[in-house]
Amino acid sequence: MANEIAIGAAAPGCKKVDPILVADHVIRQFGGLTAVNVEHVEIPRGKITALIGPNGAGKTTFFNLLTGFDKPNSGTWIFDGKNLAGVPSFKVARRGMIRTFQLTKALSLLTVIDNMRLGAQRQLGEGFWASFARPLWKAQETQITTKADELLKRFKLDAKREDYAGSLSGGQRKLLEMARALMGDPKLVMLDEPMAGVNPALTQSLLEHIKDLKSNGTTVLFVEHDMHMVRHISDWVIVMAEGKIVAEGPPAQVMSDQAVIDAYLGAHADTDLGTVEIKAIKAGK
Amino acid sequence: MDLIGILSLAGNELISPMTVGYILCGIGLAVHFGYTGLLNFGQAAFAALGGYGFAIATLDFGWNIWGSILFGLLCSMGFAAILGIPTLRLRADYLAIVTIAAAQALRFYVGSSTAEPITGGSAGVSQFGEEFYGLNPLPEDFTWNLGTVAFTSDEIWMRIVAWVVVGIAVVFILALTRSPWGRVLKGIREDEDAVRALGKNVFSYKLQALVIGGSIASLGGMVFVMSSQTNQPSNWGTNFTFITWTILLLGGAATMLGPIVGGMVFFGMMTLIESVLGVLVDAGLMPFLAIEQVAQIRFLLVGLILMILVIFRPQGFFGNKKEIQFNG
Amino acid sequence: MGRFGQLISVLAILFSLVFAAAPSAHAAEDPSTFAYTIAGTLQQDDVPIPGVKITASQDGKSYGTESDEFGEWTIMVPTDGKWSVELDTATIPAEFKLASADGAVGEADLVQTDFAAVLFKFGNADVVETQSVWEQLVIRTFAGFNFGLMLAIAAIGITLIYGTTGLNNFAHGEMVTLGAMIMWLCFSFFSMNVIISGLIAVAAVTAFGWFQDAAIWKPLRKRRLGLNQMMIVSIGFGITARYVLLLLFQGDTKDMSGGQTIIQLGPIFTSDVTLISMLISILALGGVALFLTRTRIGKATRAVSDNAPLAASTGIDVEKIIRIVWLLAAALTGLAGVLYGLQFQASWSVGFDLLLLLFAAVTLGGLGTSLGAAVGALIIGLVVEISTIWMPSELKYVTGLVILIVILIVRPQGVLGKKQRIG
Repeated sequence: MANEIAIGAAAPGCKKVDPILVADHVIRQFGGLTAVNVEHVEIPRGKITALIGPNGAGKTTFFNLLTGFDKPNSGTWIFDGKNLAGVPSFKVARRGMIRTFQLTKALSLLTVIDNMRLGAQRQLGEGFWASFARPLWKAQETQITTKADELLKRFKLDAKREDYAGSLSGGQRKLLEMARALMGDPKLVMLDEPMAGVNPALTQSLLEHIKDLKSNGTTVLFVEHDMHMVRHISDWVIVMAEGKIVAEGPPAQVMSDQAVIDAYLGAHADTDLGTVEIKAIKAGK
Repeated sequence: MDLIGILSLAGNELISPMTVGYILCGIGLAVHFGYTGLLNFGQAAFAALGGYGFAIATLDFGWNIWGSILFGLLCSMGFAAILGIPTLRLRADYLAIVTIAAAQALRFYVGSSTAEPITGGSAGVSQFGEEFYGLNPLPEDFTWNLGTVAFTSDEIWMRIVAWVVVGIAVVFILALTRSPWGRVLKGIREDEDAVRALGKNVFSYKLQALVIGGSIASLGGMVFVMSSQTNQPSNWGTNFTFITWTILLLGGAATMLGPIVGGMVFFGMMTLIESVLGVLVDAGLMPFLAIEQVAQIRFLLVGLILMILVIFRPQGFFGNKKEIQFNG
Repeated sequence: MGRFGQLISVLAILFSLVFAAAPSAHAAEDPSTFAYTIAGTLQQDDVPIPGVKITASQDGKSYGTESDEFGEWTIMVPTDGKWSVELDTATIPAEFKLASADGAVGEADLVQTDFAAVLFKFGNADVVETQSVWEQLVIRTFAGFNFGLMLAIAAIGITLIYGTTGLNNFAHGEMVTLGAMIMWLCFSFFSMNVIISGLIAVAAVTAFGWFQDAAIWKPLRKRRLGLNQMMIVSIGFGITARYVLLLLFQGDTKDMSGGQTIIQLGPIFTSDVTLISMLISILALGGVALFLTRTRIGKATRAVSDNAPLAASTGIDVEKIIRIVWLLAAALTGLAGVLYGLQFQASWSVGFDLLLLLFAAVTLGGLGTSLGAAVGALIIGLVVEISTIWMPSELKYVTGLVILIVILIVRPQGVLGKKQRIG
């Protein structure tokens, strides 16, 4: 497995055969605290990569930095051959790197279908002057709506089409947010804790959706606490602790890595990391 | 005062140019707050710039009515840009403080003797409507009575134009907001980070919304000052903005009908209340209220209505879909 | 408490205030009941012109007054519309001269407003200044320091409330007004002792602070009403309170300056009242500093400001702290009102006029930090006063507001604030 993805042995910061995202020297400090300090990391194209680590490891901050929602003190990263450092968040999305949020951001007082439509890129009708000329964007709108309806069906949200997004359950919102991200035809989807707050009945279908993304050629990078999910769907796992990348490799290998267990157990004393997850790591040995 | 007289006065308020001025400002605020979620507490400044821009272009530049309207619009657009470019990146409540402060600063400035050569200082500017009333196609002896209130030909002309402007503004805003452009605005109102993550330039949309809503408000300002042909700094105090918020929230913030119905209900109701209180005071039934104080009751009620609406019915009385949210 | 419970409590405040208004009813011709105000300041090259007779007339009715030692004059009139205002040129002291012969008549425009300022121009524009810039700087710095200290105690009130509850309280200015009005009621109207009057005024505002927190803000916090919504509620509450104060105390400015002794310190003319006020302000600020840094409750207050959930998890009763903060903030703000009313003339809208300067002070210092608010207030006070050396004094509030806007744009975390407080 490692040979398919990485060049040489799996080690923190190792080179990949076909990276889609390459980040170097990304540092973010809050006051005196260094939240993120990533020397070098590459995300493999067309694979599902999990970013794991104890609470406060800097995973979400790293996500925010990569997607332009936060500014690093220093660092560069290249996405699909183009520099992305310093690019504002909306342009990052336009270049094909679309993220979701840990706390779901369903647009509550828009209908589900409008949420979906909003996800489409390069809409003619989103220009101020063009918005008056309905014939100009009517055809594109129909096309976007068809695509949105297909995705809603796939994500089993078609029955909720006309409901306000605010009326959906937590899990449905996660699905909607993921489906909405796909409206923009991303090359890389970045999911921030897609399983958090999702009821177990929906978990399986979420997992299937993420696997589907890979089979459609989309690269997935996700932050997750749920080790079950990490083991079942990811091709590659990157472990962060105290802002640094401490381990990476195929899931089975990473979870038996002493450094990973130390990272979780070492951080255990001052975090609320559940014992379940630690057991999961040990079970993965 | 008899019942017919009171009802006539209230009916007059429903359609008066002053009410229309507030309604247009309310429509502008609906774009700012109802659709985009911007907490603009400086709507009075946009209206003032419309009024002053028009008057100054007419009197000082000698421009015709269309040029003067354009100048009024450009003034408020410029103000929106100057205010919006630096502040729209800030937190929502900061925008509220900046806009109210900017509106007050502007009002103090135009009312000062420093600005007097241009703005007329505290006395303001007047008699700038000659061309407007010259355009009145109605015969001079064309009059109309609403109960005990009689309208002259010019007053009818003023009211017709005022309501046509409202109609145009509503069509314009509905066309905008029912397009994908409007969908982005609503998305921003709900969660601007989510919209950013979908590749939309949130800042640009907020600025466009601020400019559009400000322009509608400046039209409102022009209508407001045109009926009396006087434009004074005292018209544009914070109370102007607060009343605009009250009528918007009364009607429903994310609707076009909201500010219209809200404005009519508010001013109709205020006139009724003030007339009835006036009668009661005259009859000696309100020993603790002097007749001059009756007008002050209006603002007391504005404050109360604002509180009660925000706490109990943020969607307004006509916003049936509850399409309103305060991001706090 | 349910919806109706809250509605009733909101209404209860009003009714209690409205009915309290009953004893203040006056006969129709008493000018203090008139709702419309015409005012102005007579000065030539910043020197006030006292003792000039001024008359406002409309439709055969006329009301007169005389400019006071500061050159200021106020005429209350019963009706709106346009009023003609005329100076009695015979009463203008010999050393002053109107700028033009027909300059003795002005017009007050009370159309759609209850206040109009009328300006009479004296002297001529190119008269040499009588005071050196250095002297003016000393005078203005003193005035700015005095004004800044007064702002500081009110600004700390705002910042304490913002820090612990996140509320941008737009109704804060009305506590300043209430303080000034109760002071006037006790001190001037009932001729009570100045210290007792001050204590009563501060106590009344403190009670008002406790009451509004208990009746409005606490129930709204329980409902988890959004902070922006709370802000708009505070705007509504502020308007209501302002107009209740207008109904209770009428629209005239309350002059409490009688009986003070003028003291000269170099180029500065001041009074015993001003000096004592400044001393009280400094003592109050020092007291707050000691309270926040030395006492258990003060430390808990700062902990709540820093991180309320964390503070709650360490066993601090957050609601109790907020209640104490409201009492303290109201007391300080009421004191500011008392001091303002004694030194300057206060009217029903004084608090609202000062509110934006208070926000400027609080923002300048970094929202939510008490030391920052005090420093910010002093800076605002100094800048506002010193700016009058080069700018017309009628624009001095504009200076303060422009500072507020620029600070919010350039450095929204304030001069002393921490960056993570924003966004």
